[in-house]
Amino acid sequence: MKITLKVWRQKNKQDAGHFETYQLDNVSPDMSFLEMFDVLNEKLISEGKEPVAFDHDCREGICGMCSMYINGRPHGPLRGVTTCQLHMRSFKDGDTIVVEPWRSTAFPVIKDLTVDRSAFDRIIQAGGYISVNTGSARDANNILVPKENADKAFLAAACIGCGACVAACKNASAMLFVAAKVSQFALLPQGQIERKQRVLNMVKKMDEEGFGNCTNTGACEAECPKGISLENIARMNREYICAALTSEK
Amino acid sequence: MATSPKLDAKIPEGPLQEKWTRYRSTVPLVNPANKRNLEIIVVGTGLAGASAAASLAELGYKVKAFCFQDSARRAHSIAAQGGINAAKNYQNDGDSVYRLFYDTIKGGDYRAREANVYRLAEVSANIIDQCVAQGVPFAREYGGYLSNRSFGGTQVQRTFYAAGQTGQQLLLGAYSALMRQVALGQVQMFARHEMLNIVLIDGKARGIIARNLITGELERHFGHAVILASGGYGNVFYLSTNAMGSNATAIWKAHKKGAFFGNPCFTQIHPTCIPVSGDHQSKLTLMSESLRNDGRIWVPKKLEDAKAIREGRLNPNDIKEEDRDYYLERRYPAFGNLVPRDVASRAAKERCDAGYGVNATGEAVFLDFAYNLKYKYGMMEANRLGIKNPTEQQLKELGRPIVEEKYGNLFDMYKQITGVDPYENPMMIYPAVHYTMGGLWVDYNLMTTVPGLYALGEANFSDHGANRLGASALMQGLADGYFIIPYTIGAYLSNEIRTKPISTNHEAFVQAENEVKDQINRLMSIKGKHTVDHFHKRLGKIMWNKCGMSRNAKGLQEAIQEIRSLREEFWKDVKVPGTDKEFNPELEKAGRVADFLELAELMCIDALHRNESCGGHFREEYQTEDGEALRDDANFSYVAAWEFKELGNWELHKEELKFENIKVAQRSYK
Repeated sequence: MKITLKVWRQKNKQDAGHFETYQLDNVSPDMSFLEMFDVLNEKLISEGKEPVAFDHDCREGICGMCSMYINGRPHGPLRGVTTCQLHMRSFKDGDTIVVEPWRSTAFPVIKDLTVDRSAFDRIIQAGGYISVNTGSARDANNILVPKENADKAFLAAACIGCGACVAACKNASAMLFVAAKVSQFALLPQGQIERKQRVLNMVKKMDEEGFGNCTNTGACEAECPKGISLENIARMNREYICAALTSEK
Repeated sequence: MATSPKLDAKIPEGPLQEKWTRYRSTVPLVNPANKRNLEIIVVGTGLAGASAAASLAELGYKVKAFCFQDSARRAHSIAAQGGINAAKNYQNDGDSVYRLFYDTIKGGDYRAREANVYRLAEVSANIIDQCVAQGVPFAREYGGYLSNRSFGGTQVQRTFYAAGQTGQQLLLGAYSALMRQVALGQVQMFARHEMLNIVLIDGKARGIIARNLITGELERHFGHAVILASGGYGNVFYLSTNAMGSNATAIWKAHKKGAFFGNPCFTQIHPTCIPVSGDHQSKLTLMSESLRNDGRIWVPKKLEDAKAIREGRLNPNDIKEEDRDYYLERRYPAFGNLVPRDVASRAAKERCDAGYGVNATGEAVFLDFAYNLKYKYGMMEANRLGIKNPTEQQLKELGRPIVEEKYGNLFDMYKQITGVDPYENPMMIYPAVHYTMGGLWVDYNLMTTVPGLYALGEANFSDHGANRLGASALMQGLADGYFIIPYTIGAYLSNEIRTKPISTNHEAFVQAENEVKDQINRLMSIKGKHTVDHFHKRLGKIMWNKCGMSRNAKGLQEAIQEIRSLREEFWKDVKVPGTDKEFNPELEKAGRVADFLELAELMCIDALHRNESCGGHFREEYQTEDGEALRDDANFSYVAAWEFKELGNWELHKEELKFENIKVAQRSYK
């Protein structure tokens, strides 16, 4: 396949950035999208040019590190697929593909397609855990969880923290990410003790980090590679209102 | 054989069952006020690193945690699919601590240390308790109780799981515990930092040199102790199921400063991975071992059928039952498709080498769900719904939703990568490098031969012998981090309470940093013709062909020469673009490949010296008449711990393995 790439190049956070166009002539349909970028980088290096910096690690769709905005969509055209699991057979010979980094004030560009997502870590630090020290736990089967709740909690916990929801949202909101974590714990008996404080703290932190508000467009759910449901946002809103009205702090 | 005086494993006295309990009751403690003044560096934030950093911080130590990824949550433990073992005996099927211990020692082909493995089995149950308390959403039965499944090399159901994403859920549990400690100010987190050297003062580990991967600046960090939990070195093979960034640099730099390397040649080749599709391939993807619960592995019985499938003239679904060779069930009736990984991998290679491979490259076998989908799950549903004499089509439709629930994400992933629908066609699989049992030699305290330097998880050599059983890596990583190091580090730090933090202007820090600078400057100044990947791919080919699933003396001798000359070529002709004072992924890769080029040689030397076959180490010269691994217990019942002298020169030290609680036998799964 012949592919034309228009790739966002930006030296560092301060640089204004611009698009560069590259041609690749021997793209195999069996290549993953990132393997195509490997080929591009090999070519750029051998031509004495700077390779394109992009984040990636596990290349099996679970670490959440890869993050390309492909033809106007986070992780490209397929539903339920990360950039690393996208294969070139999803494109046609002669296609032009535009590749950009995630765009959000809360995710500043580090270089080219690499952005800083440490805001997500700070949101988790604000309450995305159950406060249990190692060694305090009782026997696992002393905590019973209805299968239905366990399954729902798992589906929420399947979030890989890639940030596609933020990149997809016109407001750059992190609601789906935060809601997934809030839901996981709200659905489980283990999460009940800190339930109210957790949602209040995490939402507060989310706002402080500069993410936008939710206007119920649903782009986050449509683009989430792990299919995290909007239901979680509804649940978080309930949790938040309930906590805000009844919290004694 | 006698154990080398340089290798004191410090195994506590007493009967096996009481060692750990006695140890815990007698190990010196550090009082809480002193803990606040003791600093610990943890490198790596996978299951072992994150759980260690969080648990140590909870105890009150000051912890600094490092990872090269953009967040601690991305460490490659996240990709573990199938599950985690624990001797809970929730299934009432005869499991016990002893049985988990026994399975692990046997699975490792009697090349692991009894005391460590027993302790691992003992704490396994606590891990599940801890993770559930953290809110890890394990699979449940309708009554709300935890669910289990089977894994290879065992005959009980002791594997806990969260769909095909168990590693992800466990890591996010450890990560959340770690983030909690970061918020409390007990852990300082350094993401996008890579450890590039270890600092020794008076023979003790006292810190590291790390590179800030965004700015390129080198940083000096002091610690009263240093813990390496940086994972395995499977990427020496270029193609493996490891993440792209997984590397050996932290343990290799430590090795060059005095930490002995244990059993470097023990590599696990996982039998069920998606086959290689072409030269562009950058990594291989695992299909979870849990699929072997319900998938049956086969190749055609007739060579002409195999050929027709390879050429696309024959659909495998059209091959009659009697013309299929379910070779694992044929060769190993007792364990069938659930034989351990090394056995399953070699059996696949044997069939493909004999010409029965089923994809264009001839290197693939089938993993087929059709049988269980229809006759196990379809029939179960038909019975439940009271459907009499269901048709084949009905069985297929009834069974599919159950298979979807159990393995849906894995089937989707397979389809995404190969473009083939595994509900309709058998999967194609082939073995691929997955895990390294070898790693830094550690004693019972998990301390390396360098005082104050510890190695946890896949980075150490300790528990899996020559072959790791499925669902045991997660168990070991979390055992080391949550339940072992918090106790054993006290034995060392209780003697360090008077050690004041050492200034990073100390000469040892300056020198360690200069060594890093020199290597970076050398890499940047070569300005050769070939990229880092070019060398890495060539190294991978040498290792896969000559130090892979089967090895022989001649091949290994050749490999050593080839690696040496490739290393020389690398240092003359590698091309690293950009500068070292910026975000430069090519420079990161160059440093890692430089280390792989040294480690690869030691792996071959180790494989060459071990004149026996055991577990994942299969020397063609040493096999039984029916092609099984032939151990030599009289001469090789030891851990090979290699001391680095200079490049190309290592000294072998032996730690004798004594089996007092288990009868050593030829491993049989027949």
